[in-house]
Amino acid sequence: MEKLKKITSYRLFLPLLCLAIVLMINIITTPTFFQISVKNGVLYGYIIDVINRASELVILAVGMTLVVSSSAGTDISVGAVMAVAGAVCCFVLAGGQQAVNAYSNPYILGFLAALVVGVICGCFNGFLVAKMKIQPMVATLILFTAGRGIAQLVTKGQITYIRVDSFKLLGANIPGLPLPTPIFIAIAVVIITVIILKKTALGMYIQSVGINSRASRLVGLKSTMIIFLTYAFCGLCAGIAGMIATSRIYSADANNIGLNMELDAILAVALGGNSLGGGKFSLMGSVIGAYTIQALTTTLYAMSVSADQIPVYKAIVVIVIVALQSPEFAKIRKKIAGKFHSEKAESKKEVA
Amino acid sequence: MGNKKMKSKKNIDGNAFLLLITIVLFFAMYIIGVIAFHQQGFGKTQNFLNLFISNAGLIVIAAGMTVVMITGGIDISVGSVVALTCMMLAWMMENKGMGAIPAAVIVLVMGLVFGFVQGWLVAYLKLQPFIVTLAGMFFARGMTAIISQDMISIKNEMFLSWAKYKIYLPFGGYVNRKGVMIYPYIYPSVIIALLVLVVVFIMLKYTKFGRSIYAVGGNEQSALLMGLNVRKTKLKAYILAGFLTGLGGFLFCLNTCSGFVEQAKGFEMDAIASAVIGGTLLTGGVGNVFGSLFGVLIKGTIEAFITFQGTLSSWWTKITIAALLCFFIILQSIFASAKAKKKK
Repeated sequence: MEKLKKITSYRLFLPLLCLAIVLMINIITTPTFFQISVKNGVLYGYIIDVINRASELVILAVGMTLVVSSSAGTDISVGAVMAVAGAVCCFVLAGGQQAVNAYSNPYILGFLAALVVGVICGCFNGFLVAKMKIQPMVATLILFTAGRGIAQLVTKGQITYIRVDSFKLLGANIPGLPLPTPIFIAIAVVIITVIILKKTALGMYIQSVGINSRASRLVGLKSTMIIFLTYAFCGLCAGIAGMIATSRIYSADANNIGLNMELDAILAVALGGNSLGGGKFSLMGSVIGAYTIQALTTTLYAMSVSADQIPVYKAIVVIVIVALQSPEFAKIRKKIAGKFHSEKAESKKEVA
Repeated sequence: MGNKKMKSKKNIDGNAFLLLITIVLFFAMYIIGVIAFHQQGFGKTQNFLNLFISNAGLIVIAAGMTVVMITGGIDISVGSVVALTCMMLAWMMENKGMGAIPAAVIVLVMGLVFGFVQGWLVAYLKLQPFIVTLAGMFFARGMTAIISQDMISIKNEMFLSWAKYKIYLPFGGYVNRKGVMIYPYIYPSVIIALLVLVVVFIMLKYTKFGRSIYAVGGNEQSALLMGLNVRKTKLKAYILAGFLTGLGGFLFCLNTCSGFVEQAKGFEMDAIASAVIGGTLLTGGVGNVFGSLFGVLIKGTIEAFITFQGTLSSWWTKITIAALLCFFIILQSIFASAKAKKKK
């Protein structure tokens, strides 16, 4: 019993359990789930596909975790920022044309433009949240709705195609490597973030600001700056994710890139055992959460649930997780448990 | 005398000032429109009434949003709930052969239940309103897709007769080229919307429930110490907002007469922006439904500009609304920090 308690109180218990359940369901419904085949030196298989598709979500979840931790709010504009970043990148590379077969500008310029745009969007959110003290969700709601409008303006309401092979590399396979590129990018983002957080005191600062921003300020931390930085970083993550998503379809589709991603990212953070109330966080939890969600999404697709309908199930999962985390729920649980215990004690007394 | 002067000065604080800005902004925009688009007939009475006709649903929803925001909460599910409402109406009447009246009643009840569930989660489990309504937003949009992925047009005669019933006003007409006097008209939805607005206004101003909403939003702790049932008040506010969203969705549907998945996307933004532009504080405790009406009218005027201008794309509406919202929340924030400094 003691041991069980120790295992369940382990930080990553919940996310790992969820992942295990989803994978189990998959194995039962699709026996070939873990099969990996090699074609032309490239690995194929369900599981590879899940990990590949989850890349954007992992990157977003990393940024979102920091935002949630520092400001106790979520950035709901990430999906829209992805669309803006993708649109700007294609705009730069296509030189304002609708479809091109060769770059109008060097690739690196488009890539940097996307990242810069992501950071700018993040800075805008960060400015509103940290400096103007506006609730994070209202502040990010502005870009959530306006972002796709901006992306539409950039692409002039049409889908910009870039039919250049090297553009597809980011979203597909680099020749010679056995795994799709997005997987490497996601891993790189996670590792770099972990190194930054662990090797500097930044991770500690973010948590302390999230737990009590006033106290942190009194201790000498620049709370405003730290919150601002987390939003800017989240914007950068959205920019990178937007680039991958754009590269996958080698076009900028302002309406569909990053659609419903904000919910997935929040879900990943919550599923990772992080409190949406801010404070302590576990980056690994969020990453596992992100893979779990992608596995879940793939499972739902396999069960022929359409993309439009999936949010229903995810919404329910979000509410359940958040409800389970809430202190009010813990109180109710204690009350019931207390009742149960006292009844037990009473019955014991009667026996005696 | 001096006392009175001070009092009147005190009355025009930051919040009233914000509302004043809004009203002035609306009239300024409208006058600019009348001058700029004189040839196209921007100044006609009918054009002014069209602001109400095309935004009847939004007026009702913004009123509900205002109530929720006064309690210090927010509801970003409204856009999706409107889509769900329209889809349910269309599906029940076209695919299930239901009458227009039972369909309307079911939709209103659905709004009520939606509000109840969200309100319960917010008030009794103390979850963040944003997370709850964000989930609600995706839930409702997904449900819309589950009901039908294709667009359903409403052909129910009774429903269409409601939608097309014109009420002519006895004034403000003009004589057209054939020499016939044409009077401006409105739809019944406008009357319902304005009626709701007045009722909510009276409720907020003169009933115990209305006052306790302000108290809860102003300072939850104080309200609790005063003996108010904070949870119940919040729950009731969300139920009311849910009902109004259902009703607003119904009115919205009277305009569009169809249901499809992508409907009313970004509607939550319009409602929140209208409330904020109308002087409702995001932190709760301050707000007025008539202010929100002006917020809606400003949004309507921007849309009218874009329609009359002709070459601008419709995304500009969204971007302008977002910019306006941004501008107003920054103003709010500046006023709030100025106030806090004063207190010190």
